[in-house]
Amino acid sequence: MRARAAALLAALLAAAALVVGLGASPAAAATSGPVLFGAVTSNDKGLAGVKISASNDSGFSGSATTDATGAWEIKTPKSGTYEVVLDEGTLPEGVALAPDSGNTRTVNAFLGKVRIQFPTGDGVVETTSKWAQAVQLTVDGLLLGLVLALSAVGLSLIYGTTGLTNFAHGELLTLGAVSTYVYNNLLHIPLVLAAALALITCAILGSIQDRVLWRKLRKRGTGLIAMLVVSIGLGIFLRYVILFFFGGTTVQYADFNGQAGIQIGLVSITPKAMVGGVVAIIAILLCVYWLLRTKMGKASRAVSDNPALASASGIDVERVINVVWILGATMAALAGVLLGMTQGVNWFMGFQILLLVFAGVTVGGLGTAFGALIGSLLVGLLINLSTLFVPPELKSVGALVILILVLIVRPQGLLGRRERVG
Amino acid sequence: MDWGNIVSQTLTQAIGILAIIYCLAAIGLNVHFGYTGLLNFGQAGFLAVAAYGLAVTVSYLGASLWLGVLVGLLATVVLALLLGLPTLRLRADYLAIVTIAAAEIIRLLVRSVTFREVFGGSDGLTRFADEFYALNPFTTGIALGPITFSKNDSWVFVVGWVVVAFWLLVVWSLMRSPWGRVLKGIREDEDAVRSLGKNVYSYKMQALILGGVIGAFGGFISAVYTQSVQPDTFSTDFTFFAYTILILGGAARVFGPVAGALVFWALIVFVGEFLNEAVANGVITFITSTQVGQIRFMLVGLGLMLLMIFRPQGIFGDRKELALDAR
Repeated sequence: MRARAAALLAALLAAAALVVGLGASPAAAATSGPVLFGAVTSNDKGLAGVKISASNDSGFSGSATTDATGAWEIKTPKSGTYEVVLDEGTLPEGVALAPDSGNTRTVNAFLGKVRIQFPTGDGVVETTSKWAQAVQLTVDGLLLGLVLALSAVGLSLIYGTTGLTNFAHGELLTLGAVSTYVYNNLLHIPLVLAAALALITCAILGSIQDRVLWRKLRKRGTGLIAMLVVSIGLGIFLRYVILFFFGGTTVQYADFNGQAGIQIGLVSITPKAMVGGVVAIIAILLCVYWLLRTKMGKASRAVSDNPALASASGIDVERVINVVWILGATMAALAGVLLGMTQGVNWFMGFQILLLVFAGVTVGGLGTAFGALIGSLLVGLLINLSTLFVPPELKSVGALVILILVLIVRPQGLLGRRERVG
Repeated sequence: MDWGNIVSQTLTQAIGILAIIYCLAAIGLNVHFGYTGLLNFGQAGFLAVAAYGLAVTVSYLGASLWLGVLVGLLATVVLALLLGLPTLRLRADYLAIVTIAAAEIIRLLVRSVTFREVFGGSDGLTRFADEFYALNPFTTGIALGPITFSKNDSWVFVVGWVVVAFWLLVVWSLMRSPWGRVLKGIREDEDAVRSLGKNVYSYKMQALILGGVIGAFGGFISAVYTQSVQPDTFSTDFTFFAYTILILGGAARVFGPVAGALVFWALIVFVGEFLNEAVANGVITFITSTQVGQIRFMLVGLGLMLLMIFRPQGIFGDRKELALDAR
């Protein structure tokens, strides 16, 4: 009898969710279960902008950000066991959680409102000067900029050689992170090896994507805007395929999880972030070397410049484009691996960061690989340094506003050539 | 399996209020993309400023709903000017990136804790449309065979389709006027139009404003229908769905968006209802009811891709009318 009632309830909920329709984001679709809530405070003062997320193993995930009084609230779809995680990275500078309780709570929520507490540690509250903050933010910004740059190089090269504005590029990044998770957590391969396998997986997927889809479209003579719309469709499709198999929760790799930061001068940085940064720099340098010194790299620049002329001078354009796709997919996957290490892995991480990548590429100049590198680093820095003046939740807004301003002043980007319609 | 319910839901929602909202957004995009060739990927932003303009005027300022409509329209025009001024001189893909970024800026701003006082944060604003329902002439809901609407929904339904009909008439008459022919000319060959002495920039700006205003009415109806505005309703996916509807129905056709919205919602609701029934009755056991929603999104993505590749003119479009290509 109870099972029937539960099934009926579930059906009603699903129907309600349907009426609410596609407009709402899927995570927020059905909400009529218990409410998780609490307040994060430090010395009786509310902490704003702290991110808290809740998930269960049947795929629900929700998150909330504390308001000015430190209060937060997450509505859940039904009663059950929820894992509630406080994102320690979003705590204000100088505040830490009480050392013995950690940042994760597992709660059984049935009805009404369930209070969850995250005590902040006594005596760990200390103020840091704006300068120290600025130094820390610069380092964080450079790390984010490197991740953006890795994704941007591929986006820019593909745009340069084929003219495609690829709205499905973010999904390559997500695939890199997700496949690393599969290799590391499910198949128990050590993270470094898992990451390498993920890069190979994505390189193959990138090559297949080009051969099966984009090459065919180029042969048909499909227009650039039509291809852009196709990439949007592909992006939506891939995103929800990943959600379907992977679920809506944010997860961490098994290895190096919850690594403590080490203090170097004014800066606190985790060893994994440091290694990640170095790997990113090496990858970017290799890419620059490839573009400048190798035959294939030069050929790719020639194709970017003038495909017809490149083809006439004996360059196999289709092969160059395929190599560019493989390179772009691998670099994006590496960005995904690194982002997953610092921010966790979820199904929309790639789409979330895509706009920032576009911002980087556009600031640097569409279609120029070096411009994309510089633009991405600038955007990464700007996003983090802007939190000195604006609330952290609005930091992406600053970057996007800058993007629009750059287009007004210098539409071709920093390193782009002037060739626009006046 | 309750087939009666599936059919009833499908028919009701295919012509329902969500279909009206997406239809208006798509008519606006038709002016932008179908007739003028502007790649506006921020249509959700236009709906958002309109809906929030209305809601804030009533909830925060305590003014009348009708003043709210004016504020919403004004906000839409201002947004169009802000977006258009820097980008309409640039290539099509720049407008795409700027508009998509602008829509995200708007969504992040209205959902932020900083402006919670005014915009209500991620919960949005509620209960501001009582004035609209006070005018409701319906005493009972509409019930036509399997199609049923509640009393209030019937009122929104009728007003919504009247608004759609009005804008269809406007678009139809404008596009057979000299003004509309200039827009189509810009879509086909901007330089040719410029060489005839037309101010292309100004025409593009007018088209951007007109399409934004049409979309704004979708925003009003969405706000009034649920008596609430929430930031995540106006996500990037909204714009992508509106594009899918436009291309499905046929871009650069007056009735394209209407046909697209009807077919799109009928298909989406049918697939969702069917799978839900099948899961609830144990006919399909390998997916859960949460995953049904995800399958619907996958189908949208796949559908958009396949349409664009194999039938870019949509159901009613004319391949010769619209040469979808970049410059």
